[in-house]
Amino acid sequence: MLFSDLVVIGGGPAGMSAALAAAGHGIKVTLLERMESLGGQLVKQTHRFFGSESEYAGTRGIRIADILREKVESNRLIDCRRGSTALGIYEDGVVTFEEGTQYKKVNMDRLVVATGASEKMLVFEGNDLPGVYGAGAVQTLMNLYGVLPGRKVLMVGAGNIGLIVTYQLLQAGVRVAAIVDAADHIGGYLVHASKVRRCGVPVLLGTTIRAALGTTEVEGAVIQKLDSHFHPIPGTEQRLDVDTVCLSVGLSPLTELLRLAGCKMRYIPALGGFVPVHNSYMQTSRSDIFVAGDASCVEEASSAMMEGAIAGLSAAISLHVPSAGILEQRERRIRELAALRAGDVGAKIRNGLAVMAD
Amino acid sequence: MDESKMYLCRCENVTLADLHKILDAGVTSMEEVKRYTRCTKGPCQGRTCKELIAKEMARYLHVPIESIDIPKDRAPIKPIPMGEIAKGDQ
Repeated sequence: MLFSDLVVIGGGPAGMSAALAAAGHGIKVTLLERMESLGGQLVKQTHRFFGSESEYAGTRGIRIADILREKVESNRLIDCRRGSTALGIYEDGVVTFEEGTQYKKVNMDRLVVATGASEKMLVFEGNDLPGVYGAGAVQTLMNLYGVLPGRKVLMVGAGNIGLIVTYQLLQAGVRVAAIVDAADHIGGYLVHASKVRRCGVPVLLGTTIRAALGTTEVEGAVIQKLDSHFHPIPGTEQRLDVDTVCLSVGLSPLTELLRLAGCKMRYIPALGGFVPVHNSYMQTSRSDIFVAGDASCVEEASSAMMEGAIAGLSAAISLHVPSAGILEQRERRIRELAALRAGDVGAKIRNGLAVMAD
Repeated sequence: MDESKMYLCRCENVTLADLHKILDAGVTSMEEVKRYTRCTKGPCQGRTCKELIAKEMARYLHVPIESIDIPKDRAPIKPIPMGEIAKGDQ
Protein backbone atom coordinates (compact mmCIF):
# COMPACT_ATOMS: atom_id res chain seq x y z
CA MET A 1 0.00 0.00 0.00
CA LEU A 2 1.24 3.47 -0.94
CA PHE A 3 0.35 6.62 1.00
CA SER A 4 -0.20 10.02 -0.52
CA ASP A 5 -1.69 13.35 0.58
CA LEU A 6 -3.21 13.76 -2.83
CA VAL A 7 -3.90 11.31 -5.63
CA VAL A 8 -4.50 12.74 -9.10
CA ILE A 9 -6.13 10.42 -11.62
CA GLY A 10 -5.28 11.37 -15.19
CA GLY A 11 -2.07 12.85 -16.61
CA GLY A 12 -3.57 15.13 -19.22
CA PRO A 13 -3.55 18.95 -19.11
CA ALA A 14 -5.96 19.07 -16.14
CA GLY A 15 -4.28 16.36 -14.08
CA MET A 16 -0.74 17.62 -14.67
CA SER A 17 -1.81 21.17 -13.73
CA ALA A 18 -3.50 19.88 -10.57
CA ALA A 19 -0.40 17.92 -9.52
CA LEU A 20 1.88 20.90 -10.16
CA ALA A 21 -0.37 23.36 -8.31
CA ALA A 22 -0.57 21.16 -5.20
CA ALA A 23 3.11 20.19 -5.24
CA GLY A 24 3.92 23.89 -5.51
CA HIS A 25 2.62 24.19 -1.95
CA GLY A 26 4.51 21.22 -0.54
CA ILE A 27 1.84 18.56 -1.04
CA LYS A 28 2.98 15.00 -1.83
CA VAL A 29 1.16 13.91 -4.97
CA THR A 30 0.68 10.53 -6.64
CA LEU A 31 -0.26 10.94 -10.29
CA LEU A 32 -1.84 7.96 -12.04
CA GLU A 33 -1.73 7.94 -15.84
CA ARG A 34 -3.21 5.11 -17.88
CA MET A 35 -0.93 5.60 -20.90
CA GLU A 36 2.83 5.07 -20.99
CA SER A 37 3.44 8.81 -21.30
CA LEU A 38 1.86 11.94 -19.88
CA GLY A 39 0.00 14.48 -21.97
CA GLY A 40 -3.54 13.19 -22.48
CA GLN A 41 -5.17 14.52 -25.62
CA LEU A 42 -2.51 17.24 -25.99
CA VAL A 43 -0.13 14.72 -27.55
CA LYS A 44 -2.10 14.71 -30.82
CA GLN A 45 -3.04 18.38 -30.98
CA THR A 46 -0.69 19.70 -33.61
CA HIS A 47 -2.50 23.04 -33.93
CA ARG A 48 -1.74 26.28 -32.10
CA PHE A 49 -3.91 27.18 -29.12
CA PHE A 50 -6.12 30.22 -28.67
CA GLY A 51 -7.20 31.53 -25.32
CA SER A 52 -5.11 33.01 -22.61
CA GLU A 53 -1.39 33.77 -22.82
CA SER A 54 -0.88 32.33 -19.32
CA GLU A 55 -2.18 29.04 -20.74
CA TYR A 56 0.18 28.94 -23.71
CA ALA A 57 -1.95 30.63 -26.41
CA GLY A 58 -0.04 30.54 -29.69
CA THR A 59 1.77 27.33 -28.69
CA ARG A 60 0.96 23.99 -30.31
CA GLY A 61 -0.78 21.41 -28.12
CA ILE A 62 2.03 18.87 -28.47
CA ARG A 63 4.54 21.45 -27.22
CA ILE A 64 2.32 22.34 -24.24
CA ALA A 65 2.32 18.63 -23.34
CA ASP A 66 6.15 18.65 -23.41
CA ILE A 67 6.35 21.73 -21.16
CA LEU A 68 3.96 20.33 -18.55
CA ARG A 69 5.46 16.83 -18.71
CA GLU A 70 8.94 18.16 -18.05
CA LYS A 71 7.73 20.15 -15.03
CA VAL A 72 5.83 17.18 -13.60
CA GLU A 73 8.59 14.64 -14.14
CA SER A 74 11.26 16.85 -12.57
CA ASN A 75 9.15 17.63 -9.50
CA ARG A 76 10.34 15.50 -6.58
CA LEU A 77 7.02 15.81 -4.72
CA ILE A 78 5.14 14.16 -7.59
CA ASP A 79 5.25 10.37 -7.80
CA CYS A 80 4.42 10.02 -11.44
CA ARG A 81 3.07 6.53 -12.24
CA ARG A 82 2.64 5.89 -15.96
CA GLY A 83 0.88 2.83 -17.33
CA SER A 84 -1.32 2.94 -14.22
CA THR A 85 -5.09 2.71 -14.58
CA ALA A 86 -7.29 3.61 -11.62
CA LEU A 87 -9.85 0.88 -10.96
CA GLY A 88 -11.83 1.89 -7.91
CA ILE A 89 -12.31 4.31 -5.03
CA TYR A 90 -13.30 3.00 -1.60
CA GLU A 91 -14.93 4.54 1.49
CA ASP A 92 -11.71 4.41 3.52
CA GLY A 93 -9.75 6.55 1.06
CA VAL A 94 -8.13 3.69 -0.81
CA VAL A 95 -7.73 4.02 -4.58
CA THR A 96 -6.95 0.78 -6.42
CA PHE A 97 -5.08 0.73 -9.71
CA GLU A 98 -3.54 -1.63 -12.20
CA GLU A 99 0.11 -0.96 -12.96
CA GLY A 100 1.44 -3.17 -15.72
CA THR A 101 0.08 -6.53 -14.60
CA GLN A 102 0.02 -5.66 -10.91
CA TYR A 103 -2.95 -4.72 -8.76
CA LYS A 104 -1.96 -1.93 -6.38
CA LYS A 105 -3.47 0.35 -3.76
CA VAL A 106 -2.81 3.89 -2.65
CA ASN A 107 -4.25 5.51 0.44
CA MET A 108 -5.13 9.16 -0.08
CA ASP A 109 -6.48 12.11 1.87
CA ARG A 110 -7.64 14.05 -1.16
CA LEU A 111 -8.38 13.06 -4.73
CA VAL A 112 -8.48 14.97 -8.01
CA VAL A 113 -10.28 13.13 -10.81
CA ALA A 114 -9.09 14.38 -14.21
CA THR A 115 -10.03 11.41 -16.37
CA GLY A 116 -11.08 13.38 -19.44
CA ALA A 117 -13.89 12.40 -21.78
CA SER A 118 -14.87 9.79 -24.33
CA GLU A 119 -16.24 10.40 -27.81
CA LYS A 120 -19.97 10.38 -28.38
CA MET A 121 -21.36 7.92 -30.91
CA LEU A 122 -24.18 8.57 -33.34
CA VAL A 123 -26.97 6.17 -34.31
CA PHE A 124 -27.39 5.71 -38.06
CA GLU A 125 -27.62 2.82 -40.48
CA GLY A 126 -24.28 1.03 -40.85
CA ASN A 127 -22.70 2.85 -37.90
CA ASP A 128 -20.76 -0.29 -36.93
CA LEU A 129 -18.96 -0.64 -40.28
CA PRO A 130 -15.16 -0.50 -40.31
CA GLY A 131 -14.37 2.98 -41.59
CA VAL A 132 -16.64 4.75 -39.10
CA TYR A 133 -14.31 6.56 -36.71
CA GLY A 134 -14.46 9.06 -33.89
CA ALA A 135 -12.54 12.25 -34.68
CA GLY A 136 -10.26 11.60 -31.71
CA ALA A 137 -9.36 8.19 -33.12
CA VAL A 138 -8.57 9.77 -36.50
CA GLN A 139 -6.31 12.29 -34.78
CA THR A 140 -4.53 9.50 -32.90
CA LEU A 141 -4.01 7.48 -36.07
CA MET A 142 -2.69 10.40 -38.12
CA ASN A 143 -0.88 12.63 -35.66
CA LEU A 144 0.48 10.02 -33.28
CA TYR A 145 1.04 6.95 -35.44
CA GLY A 146 1.29 8.47 -38.92
CA VAL A 147 -1.46 6.24 -40.33
CA LEU A 148 -4.08 7.55 -42.76
CA PRO A 149 -7.63 6.59 -41.77
CA GLY A 150 -8.85 6.56 -45.39
CA ARG A 151 -8.81 8.44 -48.71
CA LYS A 152 -12.15 10.24 -48.82
CA VAL A 153 -13.85 11.33 -45.64
CA LEU A 154 -17.26 12.59 -44.59
CA MET A 155 -16.92 14.67 -41.42
CA VAL A 156 -19.98 14.72 -39.17
CA GLY A 157 -20.00 17.73 -36.83
CA ALA A 158 -18.87 21.30 -37.40
CA GLY A 159 -17.59 22.03 -33.91
CA ASN A 160 -13.95 22.90 -33.27
CA ILE A 161 -12.79 19.28 -33.26
CA GLY A 162 -14.56 18.54 -36.56
CA LEU A 163 -13.12 21.64 -38.20
CA ILE A 164 -9.59 21.15 -36.89
CA VAL A 165 -9.46 17.44 -37.74
CA THR A 166 -10.80 18.26 -41.23
CA TYR A 167 -7.90 20.63 -41.73
CA GLN A 168 -5.44 18.04 -40.43
CA LEU A 169 -6.92 15.46 -42.84
CA LEU A 170 -6.37 17.92 -45.72
CA GLN A 171 -2.80 18.49 -44.54
CA ALA A 172 -2.27 14.73 -44.64
CA GLY A 173 -3.51 14.63 -48.24
CA VAL A 174 -6.91 13.10 -47.49
CA ARG A 175 -9.95 14.39 -49.39
CA VAL A 176 -12.83 15.61 -47.24
CA ALA A 177 -16.08 15.43 -49.25
CA ALA A 178 -18.08 17.58 -46.85
CA ILE A 179 -18.67 18.55 -43.25
CA VAL A 180 -22.29 18.07 -42.18
CA ASP A 181 -23.91 19.34 -39.00
CA ALA A 182 -27.53 18.98 -37.85
CA ALA A 183 -27.44 22.46 -36.29
CA ASP A 184 -28.24 25.58 -38.30
CA HIS A 185 -24.95 27.23 -37.35
CA ILE A 186 -21.28 26.35 -37.13
CA GLY A 187 -20.41 25.36 -33.57
CA GLY A 188 -16.66 25.94 -33.80
CA TYR A 189 -14.61 29.11 -34.22
CA LEU A 190 -15.33 30.78 -37.56
CA VAL A 191 -11.59 31.19 -38.21
CA HIS A 192 -11.30 27.39 -38.36
CA ALA A 193 -14.42 27.10 -40.55
CA SER A 194 -13.15 29.74 -42.99
CA LYS A 195 -9.85 27.91 -43.27
CA VAL A 196 -11.43 24.62 -44.40
CA ARG A 197 -13.96 26.39 -46.63
CA ARG A 198 -11.14 28.19 -48.43
CA CYS A 199 -9.69 24.74 -49.12
CA GLY A 200 -12.94 23.85 -50.89
CA VAL A 201 -14.63 21.74 -48.22
CA PRO A 202 -18.36 22.53 -48.07
CA VAL A 203 -19.92 22.92 -44.61
CA LEU A 204 -23.50 21.69 -44.97
CA LEU A 205 -25.67 22.89 -42.07
CA GLY A 206 -29.09 21.46 -41.18
CA THR A 207 -27.79 18.20 -42.63
CA THR A 208 -27.07 14.84 -41.08
CA ILE A 209 -25.71 11.41 -41.98
CA ARG A 210 -28.45 8.86 -42.67
CA ALA A 211 -26.40 5.81 -43.53
CA ALA A 212 -22.93 4.46 -44.03
CA LEU A 213 -23.06 2.16 -47.06
CA GLY A 214 -21.14 -1.05 -47.64
CA THR A 215 -21.11 -4.65 -46.46
CA THR A 216 -17.66 -5.20 -44.99
CA GLU A 217 -16.41 -1.60 -44.87
CA VAL A 218 -17.60 1.91 -45.65
CA GLU A 219 -18.10 2.33 -49.40
CA GLY A 220 -20.21 5.47 -49.32
CA ALA A 221 -22.51 7.56 -47.18
CA VAL A 222 -25.98 9.04 -47.48
CA ILE A 223 -26.61 12.51 -46.10
CA GLN A 224 -29.99 14.22 -45.78
CA LYS A 225 -31.32 17.69 -44.99
CA LEU A 226 -33.26 18.29 -41.77
CA ASP A 227 -36.15 20.67 -41.09
CA SER A 228 -36.12 23.09 -38.16
CA HIS A 229 -37.40 20.29 -35.86
CA PHE A 230 -34.49 18.04 -36.92
CA HIS A 231 -36.79 15.79 -38.94
CA PRO A 232 -35.34 14.51 -42.22
CA ILE A 233 -36.81 16.16 -45.34
CA PRO A 234 -37.89 13.44 -47.81
CA GLY A 235 -36.28 13.59 -51.23
CA THR A 236 -33.15 15.43 -50.03
CA GLU A 237 -31.01 12.31 -49.66
CA GLN A 238 -27.62 12.61 -51.32
CA ARG A 239 -25.05 9.87 -51.82
CA LEU A 240 -21.40 10.71 -51.21
CA ASP A 241 -18.49 8.70 -52.52
CA VAL A 242 -16.41 8.25 -49.34
CA ASP A 243 -14.56 5.40 -47.64
CA THR A 244 -14.47 6.92 -44.15
CA VAL A 245 -17.01 8.54 -41.87
CA CYS A 246 -15.53 10.64 -39.10
CA LEU A 247 -17.79 11.46 -36.15
CA SER A 248 -17.16 14.64 -34.23
CA VAL A 249 -20.42 14.94 -32.36
CA GLY A 250 -19.22 15.80 -28.92
CA LEU A 251 -17.64 14.21 -25.89
CA SER A 252 -18.99 12.65 -22.70
CA PRO A 253 -17.18 13.18 -19.38
CA LEU A 254 -15.56 9.96 -18.10
CA THR A 255 -17.18 9.80 -14.69
CA GLU A 256 -17.48 6.15 -13.65
CA LEU A 257 -14.96 6.63 -10.81
CA LEU A 258 -16.90 9.65 -9.54
CA ARG A 259 -20.18 7.75 -9.79
CA LEU A 260 -18.95 4.79 -7.82
CA ALA A 261 -17.45 7.16 -5.22
CA GLY A 262 -20.99 8.46 -4.74
CA CYS A 263 -20.47 11.96 -6.17
CA LYS A 264 -23.72 13.64 -7.14
CA MET A 265 -24.30 13.73 -10.92
CA ARG A 266 -26.59 15.83 -13.10
CA TYR A 267 -27.60 15.66 -16.74
CA ILE A 268 -26.64 19.00 -18.31
CA PRO A 269 -26.32 18.70 -22.12
CA ALA A 270 -24.47 22.03 -22.41
CA LEU A 271 -21.65 20.56 -20.31
CA GLY A 272 -21.45 17.25 -22.16
CA GLY A 273 -24.27 15.16 -20.62
CA PHE A 274 -23.94 13.53 -17.19
CA VAL A 275 -21.53 15.67 -15.19
CA PRO A 276 -20.39 15.64 -11.55
CA VAL A 277 -21.90 18.51 -9.57
CA HIS A 278 -19.06 20.77 -8.42
CA ASN A 279 -18.51 24.30 -7.11
CA SER A 280 -16.13 27.02 -8.33
CA TYR A 281 -13.35 25.40 -6.23
CA MET A 282 -13.84 22.25 -8.38
CA GLN A 283 -15.03 20.37 -5.28
CA THR A 284 -17.63 17.63 -5.84
CA SER A 285 -20.46 16.67 -3.47
CA ARG A 286 -17.83 14.58 -1.64
CA SER A 287 -15.65 17.10 0.19
CA ASP A 288 -12.44 15.06 -0.32
CA ILE A 289 -12.90 14.62 -4.08
CA PHE A 290 -12.17 17.31 -6.66
CA VAL A 291 -12.60 17.24 -10.41
CA ALA A 292 -10.95 19.02 -13.34
CA GLY A 293 -10.87 19.14 -17.11
CA ASP A 294 -13.29 17.36 -19.44
CA ALA A 295 -14.33 15.00 -16.63
CA SER A 296 -15.97 18.00 -14.92
CA CYS A 297 -17.47 19.54 -18.05
CA VAL A 298 -16.46 19.17 -21.67
CA GLU A 299 -14.59 22.29 -22.77
CA GLU A 300 -11.00 22.64 -24.01
CA ALA A 301 -7.41 22.23 -22.89
CA SER A 302 -6.92 25.86 -21.80
CA SER A 303 -9.81 25.71 -19.35
CA ALA A 304 -8.77 22.19 -18.32
CA MET A 305 -5.36 23.51 -17.22
CA MET A 306 -6.99 26.32 -15.21
CA GLU A 307 -9.49 23.95 -13.62
CA GLY A 308 -6.65 21.58 -12.82
CA ALA A 309 -4.73 24.34 -11.03
CA ILE A 310 -7.86 25.36 -9.09
CA ALA A 311 -8.58 21.73 -8.11
CA GLY A 312 -4.97 21.16 -7.02
CA LEU A 313 -4.92 24.37 -4.97
CA SER A 314 -8.32 23.56 -3.43
CA ALA A 315 -7.12 20.10 -2.43
CA ALA A 316 -4.03 21.67 -0.83
CA ILE A 317 -6.12 24.29 0.99
CA SER A 318 -8.50 21.64 2.33
CA LEU A 319 -5.51 19.74 3.76
CA HIS A 320 -4.91 22.79 6.00
CA VAL A 321 -1.28 23.05 5.03
CA PRO A 322 -0.28 26.66 5.75
CA SER A 323 1.16 28.14 2.61
CA ALA A 324 1.60 31.82 1.84
CA GLY A 325 -0.60 33.33 -0.84
CA ILE A 326 -2.42 30.12 -1.73
CA LEU A 327 -5.94 31.57 -1.32
CA GLU A 328 -5.04 34.60 -3.45
CA GLN A 329 -3.50 32.32 -6.05
CA ARG A 330 -6.72 30.30 -6.28
CA GLU A 331 -8.85 33.45 -6.55
CA ARG A 332 -6.63 34.64 -9.40
CA ARG A 333 -7.05 31.34 -11.26
CA ILE A 334 -10.84 31.46 -10.78
CA ARG A 335 -10.90 35.00 -12.23
CA GLU A 336 -8.76 33.90 -15.19
CA LEU A 337 -11.09 31.00 -15.90
CA ALA A 338 -14.12 33.31 -15.81
CA ALA A 339 -12.34 35.67 -18.22
CA LEU A 340 -11.64 32.79 -20.61
CA ARG A 341 -15.36 31.94 -20.64
CA ALA A 342 -16.50 35.56 -20.94
CA GLY A 343 -17.00 35.65 -24.71
CA ASP A 344 -19.80 34.37 -26.96
CA VAL A 345 -18.15 30.96 -27.26
CA GLY A 346 -18.20 30.57 -23.48
CA ALA A 347 -21.94 31.30 -23.20
CA LYS A 348 -22.91 27.63 -23.45
CA ILE A 349 -20.57 26.67 -20.60
CA ARG A 350 -21.67 29.65 -18.49
CA ASN A 351 -25.32 28.66 -18.92
CA GLY A 352 -24.56 25.03 -18.11
CA LEU A 353 -22.67 25.96 -14.95
CA ALA A 354 -25.55 28.24 -13.93
CA VAL A 355 -27.91 25.24 -14.22
CA MET A 356 -25.52 23.20 -12.08
CA ALA A 357 -25.40 25.91 -9.39
CA ASP A 358 -29.24 25.87 -9.11
CA MET B 1 -34.47 3.26 -42.55
CA ASP B 2 -33.35 -0.13 -41.28
CA GLU B 3 -33.25 -0.05 -37.47
CA SER B 4 -31.63 -3.48 -37.37
CA LYS B 5 -28.51 -1.93 -38.90
CA MET B 6 -28.37 0.94 -36.41
CA TYR B 7 -26.12 -0.06 -33.53
CA LEU B 8 -26.48 1.30 -30.01
CA CYS B 9 -24.01 -1.08 -28.34
CA ARG B 10 -21.27 -2.25 -30.68
CA CYS B 11 -19.59 -4.53 -28.14
CA GLU B 12 -22.69 -6.69 -27.67
CA ASN B 13 -24.38 -6.06 -31.06
CA VAL B 14 -27.49 -4.35 -29.70
CA THR B 15 -29.41 -2.44 -32.35
CA LEU B 16 -32.15 0.17 -32.24
CA ALA B 17 -34.58 -2.56 -33.43
CA ASP B 18 -33.54 -4.81 -30.49
CA LEU B 19 -34.14 -2.02 -27.99
CA HIS B 20 -37.52 -1.03 -29.45
CA LYS B 21 -38.66 -4.67 -29.37
CA ILE B 22 -37.83 -4.90 -25.66
CA LEU B 23 -39.47 -1.56 -24.85
CA ASP B 24 -42.56 -2.53 -26.88
CA ALA B 25 -42.82 -5.66 -24.70
CA GLY B 26 -43.27 -3.38 -21.69
CA VAL B 27 -39.79 -3.08 -20.24
CA THR B 28 -39.08 0.37 -18.77
CA SER B 29 -35.89 -0.30 -16.82
CA MET B 30 -32.38 -0.05 -18.27
CA GLU B 31 -31.18 -2.65 -15.75
CA GLU B 32 -33.62 -5.05 -17.40
CA VAL B 33 -32.53 -4.03 -20.88
CA LYS B 34 -29.00 -4.82 -19.75
CA ARG B 35 -30.02 -8.28 -18.56
CA TYR B 36 -31.82 -9.05 -21.84
CA THR B 37 -29.11 -7.77 -24.17
CA ARG B 38 -25.81 -7.57 -22.20
CA CYS B 39 -25.57 -3.93 -23.35
CA THR B 40 -22.88 -1.96 -21.42
CA LYS B 41 -21.19 -5.26 -20.44
CA GLY B 42 -18.65 -5.51 -23.28
CA PRO B 43 -15.03 -4.39 -23.50
CA CYS B 44 -15.94 -0.68 -23.47
CA GLN B 45 -18.00 -1.17 -20.28
CA GLY B 46 -20.74 1.13 -21.54
CA ARG B 47 -18.52 4.14 -22.21
CA THR B 48 -19.91 4.45 -25.73
CA CYS B 49 -23.45 3.10 -25.43
CA LYS B 50 -24.68 3.92 -21.94
CA GLU B 51 -25.80 7.45 -22.69
CA LEU B 52 -27.06 6.55 -26.20
CA ILE B 53 -29.34 3.85 -24.79
CA ALA B 54 -30.55 5.98 -21.88
CA LYS B 55 -31.31 8.84 -24.30
CA GLU B 56 -33.23 6.58 -26.69
CA MET B 57 -35.19 5.01 -23.82
CA ALA B 58 -36.13 8.46 -22.52
CA ARG B 59 -37.22 9.56 -26.01
CA TYR B 60 -39.16 6.37 -26.77
CA LEU B 61 -40.87 6.17 -23.35
CA HIS B 62 -41.49 9.95 -23.13
CA VAL B 63 -39.72 10.32 -19.77
CA PRO B 64 -36.83 12.57 -18.65
CA ILE B 65 -33.39 10.98 -19.05
CA GLU B 66 -32.66 11.48 -15.32
CA SER B 67 -35.43 8.98 -14.55
CA ILE B 68 -33.72 6.19 -16.49
CA ASP B 69 -31.94 3.74 -14.15
CA ILE B 70 -28.53 3.78 -15.78
CA PRO B 71 -26.63 0.69 -14.58
CA LYS B 72 -24.42 1.32 -11.58
CA ASP B 73 -20.65 1.65 -12.00
CA ARG B 74 -18.69 -0.79 -9.90
CA ALA B 75 -15.02 -1.36 -9.15
CA PRO B 76 -12.94 -2.46 -10.95
CA ILE B 77 -14.08 -0.06 -13.69
CA LYS B 78 -12.12 -1.98 -16.32
CA PRO B 79 -11.83 -5.74 -16.66
CA ILE B 80 -8.62 -7.12 -15.14
CA PRO B 81 -7.47 -10.72 -14.65
CA MET B 82 -8.63 -12.30 -11.36
CA GLY B 83 -5.06 -13.49 -10.84
CA GLU B 84 -3.85 -9.91 -10.42
CA ILE B 85 -6.14 -9.37 -7.46
CA ALA B 86 -5.45 -12.83 -6.03
CA LYS B 87 -1.71 -12.11 -6.15
CA GLY B 88 -2.31 -9.19 -3.78
CA ASP B 89 -0.60 -5.86 -3.31
CA GLN B 90 3.12 -6.35 -2.76
